[in-house]
Amino acid sequence: MDFDIKRLGFTLLGLLIVLNWGLLMNAFMRKIGARVARRIGIPWHQPWIDLFKNYSIRSQITHGLMFYLGPIFRLSGGVGIFLFMPMIITGDHWLNYSFQGDLVLIMYFQFFGMLGMALGAGEGGHPYSAIGISRGLSQFTTIEVPLTLAIISLAIQYDTLSLADIVRAQQGGFMHWSMWTNPFATAAGMLAALGTLGHSPFNLVMAPNEIPIGPPTEYHSTFLGVLQSNGAILHVVEAALFMNLFFGGATNWIEFIVKTFLIYFWSVFVGMVFPRFRIEQSVTWFLKVPLVLGVIAVVMFM
Amino acid sequence: MMVDDKNKKKFDNPHYAKREVIGPDGKSFIVDPMNDYFCDARPKVHEPNIIPAVEKFLNWARSKSLWVLGFGTGCGSIEIPPLITPRFDVFRFGIQMRPTPRQSNVFIISGYLSVKTLKRVIRSYEQMQNPKYVLALGSCTVNGGMYYDSYNTINRLDYYLPVDVYIAGCMPRPEAIIAGFNKLKELIREGKGEGANLYAKNFDWYKANQKKIIKDWNMPDYNW
Amino acid sequence: MKSLIDKLGKTFDIKDIVYQRPNLAFVTVSKEHVLNLITNLLDYEGFSHFVLLSCVDWIEDNAFQLTYFLNNPTLKIDIAVRCFIDRNNPTMTSAHHLWKQIATYQRELKEMYGIDFPGSPGVDENFVLEGWDNIPPMRREFDTKKYAEETFFPRPRNKTNDPKEYMKSKMYPND
Repeated sequence: MDFDIKRLGFTLLGLLIVLNWGLLMNAFMRKIGARVARRIGIPWHQPWIDLFKNYSIRSQITHGLMFYLGPIFRLSGGVGIFLFMPMIITGDHWLNYSFQGDLVLIMYFQFFGMLGMALGAGEGGHPYSAIGISRGLSQFTTIEVPLTLAIISLAIQYDTLSLADIVRAQQGGFMHWSMWTNPFATAAGMLAALGTLGHSPFNLVMAPNEIPIGPPTEYHSTFLGVLQSNGAILHVVEAALFMNLFFGGATNWIEFIVKTFLIYFWSVFVGMVFPRFRIEQSVTWFLKVPLVLGVIAVVMFM
Repeated sequence: MMVDDKNKKKFDNPHYAKREVIGPDGKSFIVDPMNDYFCDARPKVHEPNIIPAVEKFLNWARSKSLWVLGFGTGCGSIEIPPLITPRFDVFRFGIQMRPTPRQSNVFIISGYLSVKTLKRVIRSYEQMQNPKYVLALGSCTVNGGMYYDSYNTINRLDYYLPVDVYIAGCMPRPEAIIAGFNKLKELIREGKGEGANLYAKNFDWYKANQKKIIKDWNMPDYNW
Repeated sequence: MKSLIDKLGKTFDIKDIVYQRPNLAFVTVSKEHVLNLITNLLDYEGFSHFVLLSCVDWIEDNAFQLTYFLNNPTLKIDIAVRCFIDRNNPTMTSAHHLWKQIATYQRELKEMYGIDFPGSPGVDENFVLEGWDNIPPMRREFDTKKYAEETFFPRPRNKTNDPKEYMKSKMYPND
């Protein structure tokens, strides 16, 4: 591939947009949660201030090399998904570095950040980190099962592993979306989205008032700032992944923002209604209905 | 009942004793928890940013994002739940609770502090990262309050930790705590929230005071 | 209640019976008979619930008063068995074999009053005070105010005025 400065520039600009949109979306969702609890909630610019605050902490402590690399792996997981994800399908400015077979790479990057975090948090030496990460990995493994089945079903349906091709195949009207052409895969995928977006029923791993916040227990200052930035990016790109897979992608930034907001809101909406699941409950939950839906989706297109 | 040096208790925690352990590979090695589990490096003074405009901006961000360590040390911690629930809702002012000392900036000493709790408070305080602030609630932290003559509660908190803001009252209402937070924000914006550096500068004095009342000091001097 | 005390009186040397309420009585027995009495109450009279074990320091009489408070859940009556032990040699037989939780009470009494209960599990461990190396603090010869002033850096008191005198000197200085 030739080095293309224009393409790199647009990708970095897209990353900036995605980061800021992710922070704003996090603030919106926390405000929605506050309104449900009849509070006023944080100001909309609070995530940026928290980010500045965390980057401005003067002292850091480290527990070794892997402790440094944990947040970096996590960030590269989020940015990696972004790099290979087509954002806006029309034109070729916002396709990033998507290519044939990027779907496999995206699936890999989803787990990559988690594994890096496991290594880093384990190095931290805090027992809560280790417990949190083992919970997180076991839950994420079961989330991946229905998600992978849904993606396999779509790959068979459209006969491609390229996200851009999947999105292009859904163009041409509302009824062309995978949501209508492959409803079982959509159902399985959107149930898995509840887990990957990490809201209430399945947020035991990172919830601050559970076993004190799990993997990032030891992370502070800049480390935490990196994790927060990654969280913002990851929320948008995960929502964009489901948008591209099931809801016809986006043809401009307005559509992108509306669709990612609604997909993220779906997980927040469920999270506001349902209480938190314990790990063994969520593991068995993902291995019941979403798994069956995923299997049906695959069998339908065999 | 007389107490002299001979029958004074010795405080050796067997968990912290040096011992030989046989690992899973069959080799034996020495474990010295006091050196292996903790770091005993002294705290360092971290100077503010040399560019005043940058420091001013960072102080503004710090004052707008106060993360409180969720550690209720005394009866005053009952005033914290109304703060974060709909009645007073301090999230509006950028104040949040964090469960781990690593990520928190503000330590609320909520009311009386027994010697036993003080030991945990010191450990938690030292694990917090550099710009860190202490908010002392209630008259117990000012002069001992109603426990001024108790054998087991401290009288003045500022002999053991650098206190930024005292909030008087027994107990202070949530409104008073919000007023205290506003005072703390003013101090931070003026660049006066340097409690961590004060602690590092006067480390020996603080340690001497702490060790005077914590008799079974079975931890390192500074455990970040 | 009265019939129960009378029945116990035939077997044990009970003194100072106080009927506090229709369902609460205090009895006093000698130090040697306390365990026999509460074992009897547990085994034969249905006092299966142990409420508390407390101590009072009678420094003038040179004695500690231990109170074992028992409850009969079926009849809903309470009985408190008191005994006096020597203050110079504060040792008492442990009763942790009857109710497990007594060991915790005994551990607390060891720390707060210095009363020893040989054989009670963990009686020498710290209970509330960590690293206490002075006279047990609940003994009355322990001057807690003096100890606090010596230890905890008391803040100097503000100057205060007697309101009556102060108002008088302000408002009627010539009187």
